[in-house]
Amino acid sequence: MEFAYYPGCSLEYTAKPYDQSVREVFRALGIGLREIEDWNCCGATMYMSINKLVAFSVSARNLAIAQKMGCDVCAPCSSCYTILRKTNQYLKWDPHAKSHINEALKAANLSYDAQVNVRHPLDILVNDVGIDTIAAKARYRLDGLRVACYYGCQIVRPNADFDDPDDPQTMDKLLAALGAEIVPYPDKVRCCGGMLMTTYEEVAQNLNHNLLRCADENGAEVIATVCPLCQMNLEAYQPQINQRYDSHYQMPVVYFTQLIGLALGIEPAKLGMDSLLVKLSNPRLKEKKTAEVTA
Amino acid sequence: MPKTTEPVLKREAELRAAFWDQVRSFPDGHKIKNCLQCGTCTGACPVSYTMDITPRETVALFRAGLLEEILHSRTIWICASCYSCTVRCPMGIRVTDTLYALKRLAMDKKIYPDKFPVYALSRAFVHNLYKYGRNFELGLGAAYFLKTNFMKAFGQAGFGIAMMSRGRLSLRPHTIKKIHEMRAIIDRANQLEGV
Repeated sequence: MEFAYYPGCSLEYTAKPYDQSVREVFRALGIGLREIEDWNCCGATMYMSINKLVAFSVSARNLAIAQKMGCDVCAPCSSCYTILRKTNQYLKWDPHAKSHINEALKAANLSYDAQVNVRHPLDILVNDVGIDTIAAKARYRLDGLRVACYYGCQIVRPNADFDDPDDPQTMDKLLAALGAEIVPYPDKVRCCGGMLMTTYEEVAQNLNHNLLRCADENGAEVIATVCPLCQMNLEAYQPQINQRYDSHYQMPVVYFTQLIGLALGIEPAKLGMDSLLVKLSNPRLKEKKTAEVTA
Repeated sequence: MPKTTEPVLKREAELRAAFWDQVRSFPDGHKIKNCLQCGTCTGACPVSYTMDITPRETVALFRAGLLEEILHSRTIWICASCYSCTVRCPMGIRVTDTLYALKRLAMDKKIYPDKFPVYALSRAFVHNLYKYGRNFELGLGAAYFLKTNFMKAFGQAGFGIAMMSRGRLSLRPHTIKKIHEMRAIIDRANQLEGV
């Protein structure tokens, strides 16, 4: 099993722990990740507001390079995931646009026929590797760690095909199989506001305050995320949120791959646990008996 | 009809034609005609409470021939594109994509809301991409706050220092190796837009 890896801009810096933990977990599970050489920004939600043809052409450059590599793409960032998938959908839907985008790509001696599938690591881990396989390989149990599984928007909407847009379950089941106690989290697909934290922070702070409160009220001691923007909004802005709402949240917000990595016995530093602003101080890892672990 | 309304009507007709061009350019765009005005989009929207025109009202205003009023509203720039409205609309209308179409129309016609310069962020982002090929978060934030609210940049200092101390914020942009390819693609696509 091998994928063309598209980290995306966030995973280079702000979401470095996500990049580290995806690479480590995939390596431990024997899934190949080959980084798309010299990849460029997917265009995110920003470019779509300016010019659609340019937005899709920019995004298609990455897919065109992946096509040459001959494997499907693994994109951990929810925004990249949606944009790349949307590019595919658009190319397939509109032959006129497809020829225009290919004409633009020709300026860089590239072409793309929209046949590369774009996958999220959560989808790959649950549906290709399998929850049972991962659970069997885990050396530790996340012993009763109370986790709120937060999916956010763009991996379940609008065109995702691997989970439910209103009540997704894949991460819940995966982390439960690793020993975590999944708390009810009614806000699991409610938006974090994304870029609103820059453009309209009162609104974004309100959204994130609601998300933190919902996790806290349901007894979570950590929120697990699948997206760099969600993670940053929920974690890095906690001090500002606490100030505005006179609250005292100290909620660790981790990437789901970090929790999987801990269960697989990967060293916390290699999973970027040190780079979190709110530390997960007590992950309560319980070593399994050797007989329970499949090497 | 009084003569004074003529330029207004002409302008609305122009905007309408440009809007339909945008709407026709994505799958199911035409379904906006089927809107029931049920308000599911507004109910599903996590930020409708702070919009001056709700998503449902946006469609109503469009039907009433008041497109320019929509473009002056903050609504289209508040949308965080979470797609809740899109997956819940009983008529299969792609509300989020319709709002993107309106954003592109606003950009194209340079009609923006007063004192709500979110579009400036999109412009700064596009500039970054052409220059480096990747996003440069610190540069983007700085460019945006300089254009909008200089003092706000200082409020971000705590966040910046915390992120930087953990290696999660870069001081320098990363330029991709084949930036010339990237620019060639952008230039060509810009020429082809609307052809």
